[in-house]
This record gives sequence, structure tokens and C-alpha cells, in this order.
Amino acid sequence: MSGNTSPIFGNLNWNVTPYTDLLQHVDSSTIVGAGAASVLVFGAIAGVALFTYMRWWGPLYRIWLTSPDAKKIGIMYIALALVMLARGIIEGFVMRAHQATALGTLAQPEAGLVAPDHFSQLFSTHGTIMIFFVAMPLLIGLINFVLPQQLGARDMAFPVLNQVSLGLTAAGAALIMISLLVGQFGTGGWTMYPPYTGIDFSPGEGVDYWLWAILISGMGSTLTGMNFAVTIFKERAPGMHFMRMPLFCWTSLCVAIMLVYAMPALTVSSAMLALDRYAGFHFFTNAAGGNMMNYANIFWMFGHPEVYILILPAFGVFSEISSTFSGKRLYGYTSLVIASMSIAVISFTVWLHHFFTMGQSAGVNIAFGIATMIIGIPTGVKIYDWMATMWRGRVRITTPIVYLTGFFLLFVIGGLSGIILANPSIDYQVHNSTFLVAHFHNVIIPGVLYGMLAGIHYWFPKAFGFRLSETWGRRTAYLFVGGFIFTFMPLYVLGMMGFPRRSPTFQNPEFLPWMYVAAFGGVLMMCALASLMWTFWTSYRNRTALAVPGGDPWNGSTLEWSSPAPVPEWTFPQIPQIQARGDWGEAKRAGDPWKGPERYTDIEMPANTAHGLLIAGAAFALGFAMVWHIWWLAILSFLAIPGMIALRGMRVITPKIIPAAEVEEADRRFRQQVASLASATRADEETERNRGVPDLSEFAG
Amino acid sequence: MVWAKIGAACLLACVALDPALASGGLQQSFLQPMGPVAEEQFSHLIRVVGITMIVILPVLLGVPFILWRYRYSKPRGDYTPEWEFSKKLEYALWGVPVLVVAVLASWLWYSTDKLDPYVPLGPDPLQVQAIGLDWKWLFIYPEEGIATVDELVVPVGRPVEITLTTDTVMQSLLIAPLTGQIYAMPGMTTKLNFSATRTGEAEGENTQFNGDGFGRQKFTVRALAPADYASWVEGGGDGLTLDEGTYATLRQQSVLADARGDLGLDKRAEPIVMTLGQKGIFEQIVAKYHGAAGPRWGGTGLPQGNATGGGE
Ligand code: HEM
Ligand SMILES: [Cu+2]
Repeated sequence: MSGNTSPIFGNLNWNVTPYTDLLQHVDSSTIVGAGAASVLVFGAIAGVALFTYMRWWGPLYRIWLTSPDAKKIGIMYIALALVMLARGIIEGFVMRAHQATALGTLAQPEAGLVAPDHFSQLFSTHGTIMIFFVAMPLLIGLINFVLPQQLGARDMAFPVLNQVSLGLTAAGAALIMISLLVGQFGTGGWTMYPPYTGIDFSPGEGVDYWLWAILISGMGSTLTGMNFAVTIFKERAPGMHFMRMPLFCWTSLCVAIMLVYAMPALTVSSAMLALDRYAGFHFFTNAAGGNMMNYANIFWMFGHPEVYILILPAFGVFSEISSTFSGKRLYGYTSLVIASMSIAVISFTVWLHHFFTMGQSAGVNIAFGIATMIIGIPTGVKIYDWMATMWRGRVRITTPIVYLTGFFLLFVIGGLSGIILANPSIDYQVHNSTFLVAHFHNVIIPGVLYGMLAGIHYWFPKAFGFRLSETWGRRTAYLFVGGFIFTFMPLYVLGMMGFPRRSPTFQNPEFLPWMYVAAFGGVLMMCALASLMWTFWTSYRNRTALAVPGGDPWNGSTLEWSSPAPVPEWTFPQIPQIQARGDWGEAKRAGDPWKGPERYTDIEMPANTAHGLLIAGAAFALGFAMVWHIWWLAILSFLAIPGMIALRGMRVITPKIIPAAEVEEADRRFRQQVASLASATRADEETERNRGVPDLSEFAG
Repeated sequence: MVWAKIGAACLLACVALDPALASGGLQQSFLQPMGPVAEEQFSHLIRVVGITMIVILPVLLGVPFILWRYRYSKPRGDYTPEWEFSKKLEYALWGVPVLVVAVLASWLWYSTDKLDPYVPLGPDPLQVQAIGLDWKWLFIYPEEGIATVDELVVPVGRPVEITLTTDTVMQSLLIAPLTGQIYAMPGMTTKLNFSATRTGEAEGENTQFNGDGFGRQKFTVRALAPADYASWVEGGGDGLTLDEGTYATLRQQSVLADARGDLGLDKRAEPIVMTLGQKGIFEQIVAKYHGAAGPRWGGTGLPQGNATGGGE
């Protein structure tokens, strides 16, 4: 693609689509490539048709895309993450299918489902998507939805900035999606280590797609971190002292602080690589004084805190559900707070364990190896605390508890392999092998993915007013647990047998049985994905039977369960006065928790705006233009962003006022409804009798 | 503790004794060590698994027990909904992990120090220089005057010291049955020290992804009895000499079989053995990246006229 750059179209031409590849050369690899592009194209066409037919465009724009409401923004983040999760899991499956057919010899060209070049794009997009466009939007979305409600706030500190963050994340995701259809993606893995990804060894647009997706979405995450931190510091309801905050708020605070300190490192390493590639700098090149070790160093200064950014919100979710579904107070609140905070701090001191084998002295490795092990202490304490929470409880085996159980049993195995890898002497052997791949999937899937899915299941009724089907929820959870075991346990074995990660082929026939087991696991994961989608669909169809207008389907103790389901835009008719930790639970204990406020006042909410949407559009255009060297568009969209910010800054923006009468009307109706609904005991939790009004006499924790 | 260790050993034994793994082919795993370094890595692995079981087994056993005993549908035992703290328990929850990590950390220190790849395993190690190229390894025996492609031959009993660099992107050299891996980077050198205690054949490989041919960047490692080693050194090679000409061909992005074809040998995935055309080749290739040598030895960029290359 090094031909002439057109002044209008940059490096774009008709040869960049997978269809062209297919026309030139028909084999399983180009068919898979063109198939994936077709899924994207037909998916987009079907989506547009559906929205047009259902006349959804107007509502989509008015109610969702222009909304600065953190709850809506949270839901949009999660929707984005689920779409990307589908692509990520399918890619994982294709890779498993490929490796199951990839036994070859040293003398013959690589065999298997896809070509080596295609395989390397697959692990690169899969890793990038899963980390940045599945895990991150899941947790940021969940925090957006839950955090203000738990703090007793109506919104984030900076609602429009929040919208911009979502827009930037979506723009990054869109860049990765479009790379399916237009051009190639990079092949350097989710870490994109130079010099391999430098311009000498990776000419073309692939690495640039990664760079711009990361730079743009990374900016969004940094802003999100600031927004969360300020919200927690400034927007807590009166009486919500730090030590009264639910654990999920604490882990959100950890995440906020970590985002603020960790994301810039990624932005810096990516920007430096971009300067190398676009402007002939030599930060990480082989010659002229460049040094790739700096890239590894800066990248992992972000990378390690990142994995705890991913896991901590899940820890928050587990703290909430272990207590709620055991009908018991959370054990060791203070311990859990201290443990979370120490994880956040220590996680900034261990990054070197990602390159023990780069040739530094044993002393350096010892220091970072021990630091890595130390982080296991607070993590272990948290797990024991949740067990103590369930001890002498009355545990309902709901979907979130199935996920929690899967997490307990599998995460400790991931912890064990983590401790193993923390030993430099052993890491020399299994680094860069599928043992490592098994390890990080072993902490990310049971940790992050199960945690987030459990959280979605738990808070779904609050967002949409009806519960998700428990039957299908549990089926999905079992499939994800089984799928994980079959897919990744064999990778531990293969890694110890010496199989390097990212291998497009292998020559040892003894690997084959393990590959088949892993491929079967991949099938289970696809079933889990289908089952997850089905859970949403079937629950939507049964939404009247599953409706919980009372708003408290699980007999919870934190503030968000005091509002109706679905939660109104203003969340609280009146900002609550917090008296205790688990304030809603205390109110239940005291007798009549559903007392309405005496007086209603007008509520001021941020007005809807297209600001985030426009900035997202400009950011996407900027990224796409930079990838394809369409300079005029790059300059235009680059200038458009500060321009739009300045314009908005000069306008007088009037907030939206919700009149007291409207709030009063809705709130009174809710309270009457609660009074008229029959309360449900915990035994009835999964039945139609659960209308979101729990039996107060049962509330003890 | 003892039980934990036995359990861990069983677990690993299942893997190690997997019949498939034990049968023919090149050894590719540190679970069947051929020398003291891999041996110590293996036993350290068992040790770590054993010690860590102390904190893991309570979860693996406790969680199913708690779920069974305290399940809502058929609970046994007390219900203490307001219980949220116990000082004694707290000491145990923090104390046990702290102690376990203290023990693990001491062992970590010990084994990391002992297995420092920069420290020779004895006096007068055999010196080998390794240059990572795209999708093959070039080994230079400066004292013996030999260079090989994708074959490393070492005598049993004598320590070996490999000095590594690359003439392309970063790579990582691993010979699992003998020693761990270390990165190799252009313009820089790293070292691996090990020795073989028994004869045998192992597979070595690059573990750091570097393009389309990555999956075939493997090499054969043969640990020979000293006499056999001596006759291998005497044995001469394929009649080729490592000089700028042959090096330019090797430096192309190609896998072993194709490189053989380019050199006029038959296209099998067999190692190439050459005589050394001159001294100091390794040093010159490292120096290239510090501005020395000018355009010699192929310069510092991607090789020109790349025929077999990756990515379009
Ligand atoms: C659900 C089913 C999943 C399957 C079947 C799967 C499969 C795979 C496979 C086959 C690889 C390549 C391994 C190799 O390099 O040899 C891989 C890499 C990776 N996966 Fe997954 N995965 C799954 C889920 C996830 C999730 C949930 C995450 C994170 C949130 C994730 C993150 C990654 C990352 C970061 C890499 C490394 C990419 C690289 O090499 O740069 N995966 N996965
Ligand atoms: Cu890390």
C-alpha cells in the first residue's frame, strides 16, 4: 500500500477490502475474512433497516445518543461492550478452530483454517477488543449506572464530559470494526511491541488502526477516571461518609484514581510509537538511538494497573452480591476497603514482571517478583472475606451466585498460576507460552467477565424494570464456566509442553489432543454467547411476568434499591439523608422504608445535547483520516474538536428543569403501587410473585 | 503442607507423564529436564505450587461446603445475619497469606539468584553467539570457527554461555529442557548460561512473535558426549562459508527450508553448518546499530528484495 497517496482519498483504493483478497485467491482464510466483513456489512444494513422500519431513529437520538444521564450512558457503554464481546468471542473461536487444524511441518507452508497473517490479525484484534472495548466499557458502563445511585447523587459531576468519554470510546471501537472491511489490522498483538510494529517492519495501515483506536479511546478513559473521582469526592449525598459507601463505590474510587494515573502512560507510549511511524522519530526504532525497551517499560506502567482496573469493579460487584444473596451483612467491610486500596497502590509497583526476561539483573527481578506476590495478600483476603460473608448465611443460588462460585473456584487457580509466573526463575520458562495465555484468561474471564455479567444480571431490573430469566441466566453462567475450563485448562498443559503463544502453526503431534479439547471449549463459549443473547431476548418477551415495579427485587440494603424499577431520570425525588452504612437496609429494619418526601421541589438536570455525538464523529474522522493519510480530513476534524468545545463554551446552556408537580405525581404513583403490591419472600424471589417489593420481616442483614 | 506438596506433584506428574509427551520427537518441555537449570526450575515450580496450596485449598474446599451447608433451600447450621466482624478471624485472614507470601518470597529470592542467566555454571564455558534473524537462528562458535543455522550442538558436562542479539525485531530464545528464555534485541546483547547433564535432542524456539514465519522458527539442540561433540566440530559442514554474501541471503525474511533453497542446498528443514569466513562477525552485527559499519552486513532496515516475506 506504499503507492501514491491521493490528495483526496489518501491511501484508500479499491484493493483494501477482503473481497478483493477473495477474488484474487480463494481459500479458507480469505473466505473467513470476507465472511467477517459480510457479517459487518449485513449486520449494519439489517440494523439500519430495523431502526427505519420500527421508526427508532428519533427515539434513539432523543432519548439515548444525546442524553447526558449517567444511567443511560452506562447502558450504552454496556451495549457497546456486548456487541464487541460477540466479535471477540467469535474471533477466539476462529483461533481455536484454526489451531486445531494447524499441525504442520517445518518444511511445508503453514496449514490450517486461516493464513498466518490472518491469524496474527485475529489475536491482535481479539486482544485489543477484549481489553479496551469489552472489559473497559463493561466496567465503566456498570460504574456509570450504579455509582451515582449508590452515592445518592443524580448524576456524574461532569455529565457532558461523560457523554464525550462514551463517544471517544465508541469512536475507537468503530475504527476497529471498520478495519474488518477497509484494510488490515496490525499483527503485533494487543501490546504492539516495536520494532516489529515500527514503520520498517510493519508498513501499511494495520498498526495505525490500533494506535488511533487506543489514542482516542484512551483519552475517553482518562476523562472518565477524572469524572468518577470528582463524582465520588463531591457528589455524595449528605451523610454518605467515605466509610458508609458501599464497597462497589470504593472499588470505583480505586478505579477512578488508577485510570487517571495509568491511562496517560498508554497515551504516551502510543503517541511515541505514532511519532516514530508518522514523523520519522526514533524512540523505539532499531537504529539511530531508538530503544524498544522503553516501549515495554512505559506500556506496562499502564498495562499492569490496567489489569487491576479491570478486576476491581468486579470485586465491588462480588462484595454486593455475596452479601445480598446470603441475606447477611458484608463481612469485614474495613478489611475490604483497606485491601482494595492497597491493591490499587501496589499495582503500580509491579509492572516489570511483564518482562522479567528482558535481560536485567537478578536483583531487579527479585524486587519486582516479590512485589508481585505481595499483591496476592489483599486479593486473598478479599476472597476469604466473601466466604465469611456467605458463612452462616442463607445463600440463594441465583445467577450472580453461580458466577460468584465459578469465580471463587477458578480465580484461585488463576491466582496460583499468577504466583507461579511471579517467580522469575519459572517465568523464564513459561513466559510467552500459552501458559501465560491460560493465566490471564483465567483471571480475566472468571474475574472480569463473570463479575460484570453477574453485575448486569443483578442491576438489570433497576435499568429496565424487569428481571432477567433465572433459568437462562444460570444456563449461561454454567456454559461460561464449562467453556472456560475446556478452553483454557489445556493451554496450561500446552504452555508447559513448550507451545509459544501467538503460534500460527506447530509441529508436535502431541499437542493435538489438547488442541481438540480447547476447540471444544471454544464451541461451549459460542454456546454461552448465544445463551447470553437468548437470556436478554426471552426475558424481554416475558417482561410483564418478570416486572418488578417495586424496585427492590433482591431485598437489598444499598440506596439504589429504594427507587422504582426502571429508575426515573432524576433517580431520587429528593436527595436522601444518609444515616448509616447500608442506609436502605437500616430503613427497612426501622419499619417503613417507602416514606415519600414531605415536599417536592423542581429538579434541575443537564439538558440533552449532541455535543458528545459530534465530538465522537470528529474523533472517528480524525482516526480514520490519519490511518489512511487523508490529510485534509485529518486537519479538518482535528480542528473541529477544539472548535466545538469553544462553541459550546460560548453558549449559554440552560439546564432542563423537571417541575416539582411532575416528580410528585410520578413518585406518589410509585409509592401507592408499592403499598398495593404483595410483598414477596426470598423463597418467591424467582417466581412471578416477586414484584420488587420484598418481605421486610425477612430483612436482617 | 506435605499433602499439598504431594497433590501438586501428582498434578504435575499427570502432565509430565502424559504418554503422548513422553513418546518420541524432540523434547520441548522443562518438565523433562536435560540439565541443572531446567531441573531447578521444575522443582521450584513444584515447591511454589505446594506452598500456595495452603491458601488455595481452603477456597476450593470451603466454597462448595459453604454453598451446600448454607443454601437457602435447605440450610443447616446457624444463621447470623448481622455478624460482620471477628478480630480473631481477621488475624488469620491476613496472617496466613502474609506468612505464605513471606515463605514464597524467600524461595523466589533464592531461586532467582541461583538461576541468574548471566552467571556461568562453571569455569571455561563453551562460548556460542546467537543472532536472531527473521524466522531462523544463526549460531556462531567463534573458537571452533563454525557457524550453524537452526542447530545448536553442545557437549554434555561443559557449561555453555550463549550471547544473544538479533538483526531484526526483538526475539526470545528458549531451549526449554535446558534453560529458560531471554530476549534478544538488535544492537544489544543478552546472555544465557546453562549446561547439559545428559545426551539427548531438544527443540529450541523463538517465543516472541515476529511475523508470518514465527511458527516455524524452531531449531534443534543436540547434547552430545564430549567425544561425539569433538567429531561434530571436526566434521565440516555443507561446504558453505559464513561471509557477507551468505549472510545477506540468511538475513532475508525466510524460514529455514527456503533459506536453504536460496543458498543452493536442497529445500529440507535441515540445519546448515558452515565455516566462519572471518572473525568478529557477531560484534560487527551488534555494532551496525550504533552507526558503525555503514551499509555493510545488510544495514539496519528490512532486507531489500525480500521474496518470501510476510505481510503485504
Ligand atoms: C470467551 C472466549 C475466549 C476465547 C475462546 C479466547 C481465545 C483466545 C485465543 C485463542 C488467544 C490467542 C492465544 C495465543 O496467542 O496463542 C487469545 C488471546 C487473548 N485473549 Fe482471549 N479468548 C476469550 C476471551 C477473552 C476475554 C474475555 C478477554 C479479556 C477481556 C481476552 C483477552 C485476550 C488477550 C488480551 C489476548 C492476547 C492477545 C495477544 O496475544 O496480544 N480473551 N484469546
Ligand atoms: Cu502485571
